[in-house]
Amino acid sequence: MLSADPVNLVAAALLVPLGAAALIPLGHKYPNLREAVTIVAAVVLALVVWSLLPSILAGATPRLTVTEVLPGMRLALAVEPLGMLFALVAGSLWLVNAVYSIGYMRANDEPRQTTFYMCFAVAISATMGIAFAENLFTLFLFYELLTLSTYPLVTHKATAEAMRAGRVYLGLLIGTSMVLLLPAIIITSVVAGTLDFTAGGILSGKLGAAGLGLLLALFIFGIGKAALMPFHFWLPAAMVAPTPVSALLHAVAVVKAGVFTVLKVIVYIFGVDTLAQAGSGAWLAWAAGATIILASIAALRQDNLKKRLAYSTVSQLSYVVLASALFTPIAVVGAAMHIAAHAVSKITLFFAAGAIYTAAHKSEISQLDGIGIKMPWTMGAFAIGALAMIGVPPTAGFLGKWYILQGAMQSTNWLAVGVVVVSTVLNAAYFLPIIFRAFLKMPAAKSPAWVAAHPEERADHGEAPLPMVLALLATALATVLMFFRPDVPLALAKLMIGG
Amino acid sequence: MTAIAPHLPVLQVLVPMFAAVFTSFMRRGNSAWLMAVAASWLSLAISLALLAQVLQSAAPVSYVLGGWAVPFGIEYRVDRLNGFVLLIVNLVGSMIIPFAGTSVRKEIDGNQQAWFYTMYLLCLTGLLGISVSGDAFNVFVFLEVSSLSTYVLIAMGRHRRALLASYQYLIIGTIGASFYVIGIGLLYLATGSLNLADIASRIGPGMTEYSRPILAALAFLSVGICLKLALFPLHVWLPNAYAYAPSAAAAFLAGTATKVAVYLLIRIYFSIYGVAFGIDVLPVYMVVLLLSLAAMLIASFSAIFEANAKRMLAYSSVAQIGYITLGIALANVSGLTGGLVHMFNHAMIKTTLFMALGAVFYRIGSVQVADMAGIGRRMPVTMAAFTVAGLGLIGIPGTAGFISKWYLVIGAIERGYWPVVALVVASSLLAVIYVGRVVESAYFREPSKTVRDATDPPALMLVPIAVLAALSVYFGLDTRLSAGLARGAAEMLLGGMR
Amino acid sequence: MSVFAELIGHYNYFITIFLMMAGLYIVIARGNMIKKLVGLSLFQTSVYLLYVTPGKIAGGTVPIIDPAYSIYSNPLPHVLILTAIVVGIATLALGLALVVRIHEAYGTIEEDEIFARDGEI
Repeated sequence: MLSADPVNLVAAALLVPLGAAALIPLGHKYPNLREAVTIVAAVVLALVVWSLLPSILAGATPRLTVTEVLPGMRLALAVEPLGMLFALVAGSLWLVNAVYSIGYMRANDEPRQTTFYMCFAVAISATMGIAFAENLFTLFLFYELLTLSTYPLVTHKATAEAMRAGRVYLGLLIGTSMVLLLPAIIITSVVAGTLDFTAGGILSGKLGAAGLGLLLALFIFGIGKAALMPFHFWLPAAMVAPTPVSALLHAVAVVKAGVFTVLKVIVYIFGVDTLAQAGSGAWLAWAAGATIILASIAALRQDNLKKRLAYSTVSQLSYVVLASALFTPIAVVGAAMHIAAHAVSKITLFFAAGAIYTAAHKSEISQLDGIGIKMPWTMGAFAIGALAMIGVPPTAGFLGKWYILQGAMQSTNWLAVGVVVVSTVLNAAYFLPIIFRAFLKMPAAKSPAWVAAHPEERADHGEAPLPMVLALLATALATVLMFFRPDVPLALAKLMIGG
Repeated sequence: MTAIAPHLPVLQVLVPMFAAVFTSFMRRGNSAWLMAVAASWLSLAISLALLAQVLQSAAPVSYVLGGWAVPFGIEYRVDRLNGFVLLIVNLVGSMIIPFAGTSVRKEIDGNQQAWFYTMYLLCLTGLLGISVSGDAFNVFVFLEVSSLSTYVLIAMGRHRRALLASYQYLIIGTIGASFYVIGIGLLYLATGSLNLADIASRIGPGMTEYSRPILAALAFLSVGICLKLALFPLHVWLPNAYAYAPSAAAAFLAGTATKVAVYLLIRIYFSIYGVAFGIDVLPVYMVVLLLSLAAMLIASFSAIFEANAKRMLAYSSVAQIGYITLGIALANVSGLTGGLVHMFNHAMIKTTLFMALGAVFYRIGSVQVADMAGIGRRMPVTMAAFTVAGLGLIGIPGTAGFISKWYLVIGAIERGYWPVVALVVASSLLAVIYVGRVVESAYFREPSKTVRDATDPPALMLVPIAVLAALSVYFGLDTRLSAGLARGAAEMLLGGMR
Repeated sequence: MSVFAELIGHYNYFITIFLMMAGLYIVIARGNMIKKLVGLSLFQTSVYLLYVTPGKIAGGTVPIIDPAYSIYSNPLPHVLILTAIVVGIATLALGLALVVRIHEAYGTIEEDEIFARDGEI
């Protein structure tokens, strides 16, 4: 596998999950076979993306043109460092998530599991397409495919609430992308005559400052997946989905696809220098800053664990947007690092939330008193994830924040510095109480009558099924490891800015 | 082959016409069906051969009937534009007719089945005749051939409202056709010619003063044809006609009838009057532009609130026709390419959708959105095709609908019509809602008792549905045939060759 | 005087326009389906007139070539309208057939009553 032609590896990264999606329905009646397909595909995909890494680090850019749709509009793939980083994160975490999913879906006896695994595989394929997109059209195509393939996962439960959430999800993501992003892409195509991601951007000298600012706004708000306020509602709504979906898709693949697209557009379409000189992007730092603070405050007010995590995601995503809005190379490194760091830590948090739901059937934070004693591994991992969110060393979260702060200092953007500091305090304010409750606060003694009236309250539960615990421990470990060995993400991030 | 080659333009019309004569003598539905299949596919082959001829030669392929010299005799004239339209009509026809076999057996009484195919073939004859003929009055005759057979096709629907829908369409359609004749008559009075190319050369770009009959003719032609193509607000006949027609007929009409009328409008606006006329002399493009936008928005809203899925698609057709006429109104190469390519793409997409609903009706006897609850898992292939085509309607990248929208938006940007850009993209959201309603009901609601026993329809129905759905994706990724031809036609219409 | 001559000279068009408007009015204003068809026929007939009358050339004769005559009327409009009449009859026949079927299905041919029976469609 290691010696394969990089171009074939690029194709394989898309085709392996797609092939799995085609095979999964065949195993409709044989759950073990069906899950085996997912696991095998995930292992192969992880191998594929990691095999691709050496050639990227060596400076190569494997390219693959699938078809030319219209003159100048190609469906084409090309691997550049940032995309490689994103693919590594998503590809590796799919394997962990697949293990976790099997535990979760079986333990909770979820219906329609075949559809679930199939859509999941399609979503991963779309994510790979986004990561490796060579131009805006290709990226847009996979962006929409990702939205559509995750819609059935959001509405998985088929309850009235899930359907409503599905409508919000589809409406906001398709709505913003069709009404804002698509015109932005078409305008770019008309103005620049190309849609290719090019180092240094394709718009320098093509538009005035006002035009650039307007186009940037169309792009940034059009990329609804980045969840910049006020287009963030879809993310909390999507939390009705089964936890593995929230964990991999709505903490990693989908939302990261959003900020990844923002980063790509700023770096390769506008060009950091073009925007910095025109000064038409100053508002973006404000918008991102406001989202960080407001979403953190919203998170404080949530009692539902997954909703709180979702708002935390909204806030953390805007770190990436904020970092890219500083328009300095070092901040862009921070943005890339944050994408990777937030991915592993947030997935840990969701895994933990799902484990609690599976083992204890609890979804509200106020119910979690003393749960750390019963589920020490799960809550230990949760604590690591939470520390990473706050940005405490030795966790990966520290690195991203460090670089972003450096970038903010460098560009003397005191607004950004202030936002990072304040939000760190807020992060601590909404994560630490959960840990405190879990380990230090003992549940109030229940009267025997209350216990009898609530048979679903199981006091004697332990940890969740083994696959789930293993998965969440793995990601927690990765969160810590990335602090000590950030070589790969750092090398890729620096490669991206031409360092 | 070489002996036949020069006669292809007339064979294009004669093949379905003679097939119709034969089927009218048949009593058994099945033999009539076989005849219709043979004629439709032969017709498709002819149109492909014609298109190849057109693309090879720089000049249009001309055929004079009975040896009467142009402009006195009737001329059949195929250029890049109507070569493309012929392909659309035949492609849809050849896909519908295998599907129709099973569907018609279910929906139409035994002794009327042969008549159904006769009417279908006559309708095909008329539509192909309109497209291929270069004589304005001959076009009118074919227009009525297709219209009369369409009225009968609609009236064959099972519900008694089909009769009413047919009657309403008959009244409106006849008025539309009469307006067309009045327009042609005025043009004849002013120019002394009925040959479209000849009229064009007499109205010519050199003319600075236009006599009043020429102006009045444009008004009559516009209104008459817009009635036939159901441009908002002249569309009231269409939703009922499509909703109550037999499934196969609705699918065929949705894919072809309005497209051919649009072709006629394009021919008159661009080939006869020319672009400068529509902008400088009479503001027809502005009128068409505003009506197109109104169609896109208002008809889409109507579709959202429609409980009957077939009627919903009919309203959606009115909206989609708005996209096509928008391309005409933009009157630049990108916009017109968008309009033309949308004729092609919408034909694929809407035919797929109507056929999928036909399959649903075949199984559960209803096309109410509420009755289709949970059908997605019972008829997986049918509903997957419906969903894919629905995505095309929305204009998701990777589907054919995206290509149309891309060109239209570029056309609007090039004209500097920013509100149009906004409305085009916003109206696709309305499509998300009405397609989404059906998809949501089909996949996420509990199936009712009738739905629980449903399965995918027989292969003869299923294969055309799946093939067309696949085509609607294929033409979103490989556009050499669709957008390539459309662009060639648009450049011809707007370029030096008038 | 010249205005009067203008009016009189185009009297054929005024008849055409009158018939056309009358026909359209009946189609729009009448609820009885047969009357609507009558109006439609009237409307179509006006179109026939529109075509046929300009074919007559003042002082022209029937278009049979003869050395004695040099001005002929134009025969083409007549030929065209023959076709149009055929089409018109076919339309009328089909329309009447539909009305018969509608009467069978609804028991009435008044539009208001039909809508009342089936709900506005």
